[in-house]
Amino acid sequence: MVQLSAIDEELLATIAELHGVPGGAYNIRRNGELIARASTPEIQVESKKDKPGINIFVAPGTKGKSVHIPVLLTVSGLKDVVYNTFDIGEDADVLVVAGCGIHNPGEEKSQHDGIHEFILRRGARMRYVERHYGQGPGTGERVLNPKTILILEDGAQAELELVQISGVDGTVRETEATLAGRAHLVIRESVLTTGKQSADSFISVELRGNGASTEVLARSVARGQSRQIFRARLTGRARAKGHVACDSLIMDQAEISSLPELHAASPEAELTHEAAIGRIAGEQLLKLMTLGLSEEEAVNTILAGFLGVNRALLAGSRS
Amino acid sequence: MLTLENLGVSVGENGRQKDILKNINLELLPGRVYALTGPNGSGKTTLAKAVMGLVRPTSGRILWEGRDITDLDITARAREGIAYAFQQPVRFKGLKIKDLFALAGADGRAAAYLAQVGLCAADYLEREAGSGLSGGEAKRLEVALTLARRPRLAIFDEPEAGVDLWVQERLLDLVAAPARRGQGVISLVITHSEKFLQQADEVLLLEEGRLVEAGPPDRVWPQLEKDLACRWGNECGGERGAAECYR
Repeated sequence: MVQLSAIDEELLATIAELHGVPGGAYNIRRNGELIARASTPEIQVESKKDKPGINIFVAPGTKGKSVHIPVLLTVSGLKDVVYNTFDIGEDADVLVVAGCGIHNPGEEKSQHDGIHEFILRRGARMRYVERHYGQGPGTGERVLNPKTILILEDGAQAELELVQISGVDGTVRETEATLAGRAHLVIRESVLTTGKQSADSFISVELRGNGASTEVLARSVARGQSRQIFRARLTGRARAKGHVACDSLIMDQAEISSLPELHAASPEAELTHEAAIGRIAGEQLLKLMTLGLSEEEAVNTILAGFLGVNRALLAGSRS
Repeated sequence: MLTLENLGVSVGENGRQKDILKNINLELLPGRVYALTGPNGSGKTTLAKAVMGLVRPTSGRILWEGRDITDLDITARAREGIAYAFQQPVRFKGLKIKDLFALAGADGRAAAYLAQVGLCAADYLEREAGSGLSGGEAKRLEVALTLARRPRLAIFDEPEAGVDLWVQERLLDLVAAPARRGQGVISLVITHSEKFLQQADEVLLLEEGRLVEAGPPDRVWPQLEKDLACRWGNECGGERGAAECYR
């Protein structure tokens, strides 16, 4: 039976809404080492032989199952790199909950680079939830660099919910996807930066097959002196549809760059984008204060609603 | 009781100070319905906002239940039992209607109050309180949310504006209801509804930032009719200024 500390428990609850070891298939990694793993008849989890990380095989036709693969870093000065590959069988329908929580107690940088590759076989469906979170009393940086690569075969569908709300000092986020015919991908990314944090996100979706479609919906908030760069590129190579919407709130002395990019290599590709950067509407703040909220509570409520996250997650995210 | 003592509000406009409210003296008593009316631009919304703390007075005092609240912020006034339904309801991206009721400390009462304004909880609680609501729906929600807070001073800014005729009457009955229940609540309603003006316990008439009349509807009504005639004449090219006309 794996022993989880109070810090482990808190991180797991925040990044994966887990309270203790999950049911179903799982793989929990702490400070670069495996601490708990379980496979099920439908979902096999095994270690890679050539590099750190795991292979996850979801049997064809699997329905209503989940796999949790959280990563915890609770020491200072560790750089953890992990390569995970998911092979999701034909017509399977699964939930994958990932995420990384860093608790840095010291002065050295703690960093996790997670490279996730997903192959969704014909007709497979996946909902992927990835939350990144940092905390700890140390002055050392907390850095998370996720890279997500998706290959959607004919008719496959994926929905990604990527959330980074609190405590991550630096992040470079890369998401790349290629979609075959009739495949459908939705990416929802929510990022909040505060203080002197930085976030650089690059999403690229290539629509290769007829009937493929994608929506990239990014919402971000930059507070303090933080800076963000968001780039999203849609490439249409067939009779396919894609839309990217980047919506940002800027506060204090923060800076945001938002760069949607469309590239059509087929006259039948329909690609659209919208981008907006603005500040919190003053009347929203005032209205919430007339309901009895303090100014800080009102700000956090508006930001949580905008980002689509629990308000409690923002409690420690002041600028 | 709400007391306004020599209340004044000025704003800078084109490098000059413009008086929006001038020396307002007023007492509002518990258990009574007050209709605040007057021409566009006469200062009605500014007065309501000054009471809620949304606008800072440049002179005078505001006393609520005997306590000077002139320097209290909006949050503190809300926690002291003052509520304000905005003339233009505010929209929120990502916040559901049920979230707003929860924030108002009224999540258990949401369905009942939505029903009072003709909105079915099953259809609305999970909806975003955003731009997807029509103007009328947003207005009804604003009234329901304000009532659900169970304030001791309930201020409504033109609750009838922008809603259909059937709902207008219903909303105007609703905003008077807290004061009618005999629990010491004050309802202060900014309105242009003739029917409501006649049903209120007192009508407060503002003109050009001054409180020119305050009393029972039958006493204030002649002045209201005169005001309307003056204004109409003015807009049609009358040579006398409105201020002279009111004298």
